[in-house]
Amino acid sequence: MEKTKINITDEVAIHISEMNKWYGNFHVLRDINLEVMRGERIVVCGPSGSGKSTLIRCINRLEEHQKGRIIVDGTELTTDLKNIDKIRSEVGMVFQHFNLFPHLTTLENCTLAPIWVRETPAKEAQEIAMEMLEKVKIPEQANKYPGQLSGGQQQRVAIARSLCMKPRIMLFDEVTSALDPEMIKEVLDTMIQLAEDGMTMICVTHEMGFARQVADRVIFMDDGQIVEQNEPESFFNKPQSDRTKLFLSQILGH
Amino acid sequence: MSKLAFVQKNKIPPSPAPISEVGVIGWLKQNLFSSWFNTLLTLLSIYFLFIILKDFIPWAWGGHWDTKSLRECLDLNPDVACFSVLTARWKQLLFGLYPAEEYWRPTVTFILLIFSIIPILFPKFFRFFWFSIIYPGLAIWLLWGGSIWSVGIVYIGFFLGVLLFILLLRNITKNMVIAGISSILFVILFFIFFSNYLVKILDIIIPISLPPVESLKMGGFTLSLIVGITGIVASFPIGILLALGRQSNLPIIKMICVGFIEFIRGVPLITLLFVASVLLNYFLPPGTNFDIVLRVIIMVTLFSAAYMAEVIRGGLAGLPLGQHEASASLGLTYWQSQRLVIMPQALKISIPGIVNTFIGLFKDTTLVSIISLRDPVGLASTIRADQTWNGIYWELYVAIGLMFFVVCFGMSQYSQYLERKLKTDK
Repeated sequence: MEKTKINITDEVAIHISEMNKWYGNFHVLRDINLEVMRGERIVVCGPSGSGKSTLIRCINRLEEHQKGRIIVDGTELTTDLKNIDKIRSEVGMVFQHFNLFPHLTTLENCTLAPIWVRETPAKEAQEIAMEMLEKVKIPEQANKYPGQLSGGQQQRVAIARSLCMKPRIMLFDEVTSALDPEMIKEVLDTMIQLAEDGMTMICVTHEMGFARQVADRVIFMDDGQIVEQNEPESFFNKPQSDRTKLFLSQILGH
Repeated sequence: MSKLAFVQKNKIPPSPAPISEVGVIGWLKQNLFSSWFNTLLTLLSIYFLFIILKDFIPWAWGGHWDTKSLRECLDLNPDVACFSVLTARWKQLLFGLYPAEEYWRPTVTFILLIFSIIPILFPKFFRFFWFSIIYPGLAIWLLWGGSIWSVGIVYIGFFLGVLLFILLLRNITKNMVIAGISSILFVILFFIFFSNYLVKILDIIIPISLPPVESLKMGGFTLSLIVGITGIVASFPIGILLALGRQSNLPIIKMICVGFIEFIRGVPLITLLFVASVLLNYFLPPGTNFDIVLRVIIMVTLFSAAYMAEVIRGGLAGLPLGQHEASASLGLTYWQSQRLVIMPQALKISIPGIVNTFIGLFKDTTLVSIISLRDPVGLASTIRADQTWNGIYWELYVAIGLMFFVVCFGMSQYSQYLERKLKTDK
């Protein structure tokens, strides 16, 4: 059953080749090829419905791909549940709508997975959680419930919750889209800090300022395909494809 | 300067609300007499209350408690209640045909019941949870009597099974499934081959037993509580599993759960009780004597489990998909995420519906009177068939209603307490 051996060095965090996905008959992702190096910061942008969220959700198997291969951190995503749980515990994900657990306090949100998945002793898990909450600058909210926090605070807790699993890769799915303008900055600042610490990150976002500042590579997707990718400087100043030019003119135009 | 420009220079300090809006007068004005229509409704309601109570209160207040028969009551004063029937028959209403010299047994059972549910209802006392586990066996032994070991052996069997499971996991295999199956096999073999001998040996060494009381002797409010509480405790986990099964991606499990729920919900409880009392004997091999109370409990449990499943499914549907995704993305397994993330929230949303089902189940236990078990309602007919009390209605049913009301109102109050306690958004 061994498929063609793909030569992957330790430097590759995520390897995606010839990946295709359909929702019923609708072809959402078409022949995606992507290699993400360790420590690389990638920003994925594109019009809505272009498949960018679906792409990163495939990386931790929240969506199943039907064709092609995805190898995360040396482990291939197959139907094997053990592999899926292993990859999910190594890959952190932050969502547009935070998805904090409303019945648990901030601290409990952060310690839940380390205690049950990593089997970290409760005391140690709490120490790690406080450390991460300090990193996102809200240790004073540790004993509040998510419903008592502002949107920006909730999103930072969500980031801390992912970090508590000590992930090697972080996925950000439009994490600032549901926030009020004055809260976007606090979340972006947290992400910038994370990027400076050397985390491997894939961010789906419309924040082009953030892309310019931290991205090593910007990927533009349209109609389920990767249309263009480049380093931010060239991507923004000299876009090659017409679709990219149109998209950039629409979001930067005003 | 433009006419639109405006700058507020003084900060307006807060001042107290007008007296007519606060305090007793304010409350009356706001809630009872806020408009002419509201005032009319208030006066009408007071009038109706008056009509009802002006007859009821003298009737109940002046009631007789110590006459020998209904005749005697009517001779004294036909316009007031004749509670003497309760004085004469209250033991029967509570204990049914249970032997009078053994009344202490159901009494002790229900006092202990209170202690056994406290650790479940109030997390503060969770360290006494061991008593809640021992209690069911203790209650069965106290109520039905016989040797303590015939109940104790079940605990011994399960204890050995759990012990084996832990030992296997510690020392021999890491695989939960293998350890689980072998411990279950062990428990089954234990019950088939060893338990009978062990019970006999234990009986000789430490003989503790109570005079046996057969199921048909159970009755009165005791029976309602036995059926109701066992049904409530058993239907809750079954309901959760059915709700999860109905949402499952595995088509066969889903089909079985949907089929079960729709079938049970589509059939009246009385039909199921008749099946339990009459038909089941045709299907079982001849000679098997399957306890009637147990049969009724099984039917009542299945019935309310189906309702419970639908109530919990409503709670599950109320959760955003993001909760599943977030717990999956953290690497929690399916059962972990159900137990730690999904169920606590889904059950919280469903508390009113769950308690509703519990209350419904508890009151439905009165239907067992139709298959001639002697629950309070069944006993009321028996008592009224007696010449001494023939013709009495109100007093009996008011008393029975009051007994059920106390328990159901308690459940309802607890559910409201729980909802307040679990409120985390403000």
